Amino acid sequence: MSRPAVLVRERASAVRPSPAAYSGRPWWSLFTVGIAVLVATPVVAVVIDAVRQAASPDLPRGLGAMVLTTLLLMVGVGVGTLVIGGGLAWLVTAYRFPLRDALAWLLVLPLAMPAYILGFVFLSAFDVSGPVQQMLRSVFGTDVWIPDVASLPGAILVMSLTLYPYVYLLTRAALVEQAPGTYDAARTLGASRSRVLWRVLLPLARPSLAAALALVMMETLTDFATVQYFNVRTVSVGVYLVWKGSFDFGSATQLSALVLLFAVAVLAGERLLRGRARYHQRPGRGHGLQPERLSGWRAAGATAVCMAVLGAGFAVPVLQLLFWAVGDAIADPASLWDPRFADYLTNSVVVALVTAAVCVLLSLMMGHGLRLGGGWFVRAAAQLTTFGYAVPGAVVGIGVLLAFVALDRTLEALGVAGGTGLLVTGSVVGILYAYVVRFLAPAYQAVDASFAKVSPTMTMSAMSLGAKPRRILRQVHVPLVRPGVAVALVLVMIDAIKELPIVLLLRPFGFTTVSVWVYELASENFWEKAALPALVIVAVATVPVFFLFRHVRLIDTAHEVG
Amino acid sequence: MRRTCLVAATAVLATAVSACGVLGGGGDEADLQIYSARHYDLEEAFAAFEAETGVSVEFIYGDDAELLERLDAEGDETPADVFMTVDAGGLWNAAERGELAAVRSPTLDKAVPKDLRDPDGRWFGLAMRARTVTYNPDTVDPSELDTTDTYAALADPKWQGRLCMRDSTASYTQSLVASLIDLYGRDRTLEIVQGWVDNDVEIMSNDILLLEAIDAGVCDVGINNHYYLARELEADPDLNVELFWASQDGAGTHVNISGAGVVASSDAPAEAQQLIEWLATTGQSDFVDANHEYPVNRDTEPEPVIAGFGKFERMPLNAEAYGDLNADAVDLLAEAGYQ
Repeated sequence: MSRPAVLVRERASAVRPSPAAYSGRPWWSLFTVGIAVLVATPVVAVVIDAVRQAASPDLPRGLGAMVLTTLLLMVGVGVGTLVIGGGLAWLVTAYRFPLRDALAWLLVLPLAMPAYILGFVFLSAFDVSGPVQQMLRSVFGTDVWIPDVASLPGAILVMSLTLYPYVYLLTRAALVEQAPGTYDAARTLGASRSRVLWRVLLPLARPSLAAALALVMMETLTDFATVQYFNVRTVSVGVYLVWKGSFDFGSATQLSALVLLFAVAVLAGERLLRGRARYHQRPGRGHGLQPERLSGWRAAGATAVCMAVLGAGFAVPVLQLLFWAVGDAIADPASLWDPRFADYLTNSVVVALVTAAVCVLLSLMMGHGLRLGGGWFVRAAAQLTTFGYAVPGAVVGIGVLLAFVALDRTLEALGVAGGTGLLVTGSVVGILYAYVVRFLAPAYQAVDASFAKVSPTMTMSAMSLGAKPRRILRQVHVPLVRPGVAVALVLVMIDAIKELPIVLLLRPFGFTTVSVWVYELASENFWEKAALPALVIVAVATVPVFFLFRHVRLIDTAHEVG
Repeated sequence: MRRTCLVAATAVLATAVSACGVLGGGGDEADLQIYSARHYDLEEAFAAFEAETGVSVEFIYGDDAELLERLDAEGDETPADVFMTVDAGGLWNAAERGELAAVRSPTLDKAVPKDLRDPDGRWFGLAMRARTVTYNPDTVDPSELDTTDTYAALADPKWQGRLCMRDSTASYTQSLVASLIDLYGRDRTLEIVQGWVDNDVEIMSNDILLLEAIDAGVCDVGINNHYYLARELEADPDLNVELFWASQDGAGTHVNISGAGVVASSDAPAEAQQLIEWLATTGQSDFVDANHEYPVNRDTEPEPVIAGFGKFERMPLNAEAYGDLNADAVDLLAEAGYQ
């Protein structure tokens, strides 16, 4: 019955099929390059602006310290998410313990919690004036030594707790999607479970781990709100400080260019981690990794670990928000329902849906295009589309503004009166464009990670059998990368619902989202009032997580039966 | 597969159509468009203005620097008629960049004190906030606080381990330090900030946490915006924090303004001016009271909670210093190692 799966290890190179199926392929390459140009434009506009304004080349004081802090934060959060996310993924995939089925998907929930909200809740509980420290002081006296919470380690902890689901999701998808035969073969050859994990499963999951880490690092790089709460001075904070502090956008763009350098390093690191090798697996039948039942204190321990992470990253902050919201509702019942609420919610959801659909569609087509061929240039172009994620939202927003201003001037010079009109800030087009620039990366990373597991021989067979590119996309690629597509949709939707600086900067009159609402209240420290809309963001972001869970479970059960 | 595609396509199309409904941009435009950095409950004042004058208003919130950049990028096509900030430096910068129109208005000249408006009428202060010293009365006797150079005297070693202040990314900290540079010069100000740092000042990321820390006895003295204390006192009258008006025997307490100007390329400059005049006169209370700010118009009384703080002398506001020296303040804070 069971046929051993075949593992193909080969050097990274474009697929070279028979020339029989060449028709239509250049168009796909051109398409990829076109997307890259479109997505890169705002970022390039910022760089050009930075170069043009290089007349004032004085960099802010303490730049060295900022760079060091940024590095420490990125490494810290990287290690933190790897340990938490990777560890949990292994735990729920390889073992059975009480509540494991529920926890397997609940553990994704912290993704729905914006770091800026968790950061605030965390500080209000643990900072010097918070209840925890007050209790410690009342018990042990005022001289008791308490580690500084608003610090780099504090920021690393909070960001790891909100960002680990990226690693968790992609690692789990990688473990679940792995061809069962590979595992069976290793076990048949006498390897222990843990040896198979370290020598076979993890190395095979490397592309997914690398992709997830790259996402985490870029989120860390562009975060502004959380690090500011914790007094951590990263380069991104530097960008804002210079910009807001001196109204000097020129100097700020120069620093943004530095943030871009970090992003390049992250992406280069990701490529390095993936190595030049590609692992393609042919689906085969077999038992694969079957979860082992834990018992006694081990089972209780596994459940406790999962619960602790879930509690710290999701349950406790949600309870705190609920507590605030209820308190506010009792104090001022009229505030419970604001008629504008439905409007804000619709705006958030529609923008998130459209963004997710566009990002996934573009990623699919780019992944498909790369499969059909194209040289280093096309591959580089595809890589370029992920840069936007590493640029702080406000900078992308300004980039979009600058790009449209240039477009307007060109159109007017060509004799089109009025140019594009107020296309960017007069409609939602600007916001959607900026969102795609920013969020194409998570979509592409997820889809690409799935593509990486599809053997090129599949594409080649289809081509040599004479299938046209469009048919290959529909009947070969799309069905095979569906897990990646689902992950991509969810990641982009959640990101888009939480996103703030871009909407703030580019929204037309009368357009408000839930995140803007939270911001307006939170920026003036009306936390009790902000609690309700914050809960709504969390709740809305939970919906796609739920869909994802169903999807993962379907694969899971199919896999276990097989 | 084909069916899935069809369903997906229909879904995308449906979303797009509904998106056009939701996102297609406002069909009914208001008479006045405002770019505002104020997030306080603005609506009350504007609703009253609409009811009284029949001029409809809509606004976009943002932050000073971002809105200014947007104004700049939109150029002549900007829909904005009024630019409203929470910082004198922001108004000064907007005027410097030519984004604001000069307005001649005897009403405003009378309502707004001279140092709180632009000499050319490009912007006018509308609400005032003070950033002053707050303390825990259990651990601090007000006589310990210097009455001439209150901010500077916090650098005295006797405050070692007793101070809490806002972080250097906060515009409040920056404009306070900018005004100190204007007052004492750069070298002396650097010494002062260095002194705060040497006193192991505890840096907090927002004013409310700061007040709670003083209340809890974590620190004895802090520097706060007066309205945060008013807001906390309103919620909890037993809050163990007192306000001290800084430098009353010296240069006076540091203040900053929220203000507005008419956008240079506005298509409704008359209504824009009308709005600013209304906010500075009839609408003063509506505009400032919700956030416990001080009215700029001397004919308007402050609301009861802040009236309870007593009268105070303010440091004359030098908008050019706030606008121009802010970058120096950021640099100085970094040099002193102030987080």
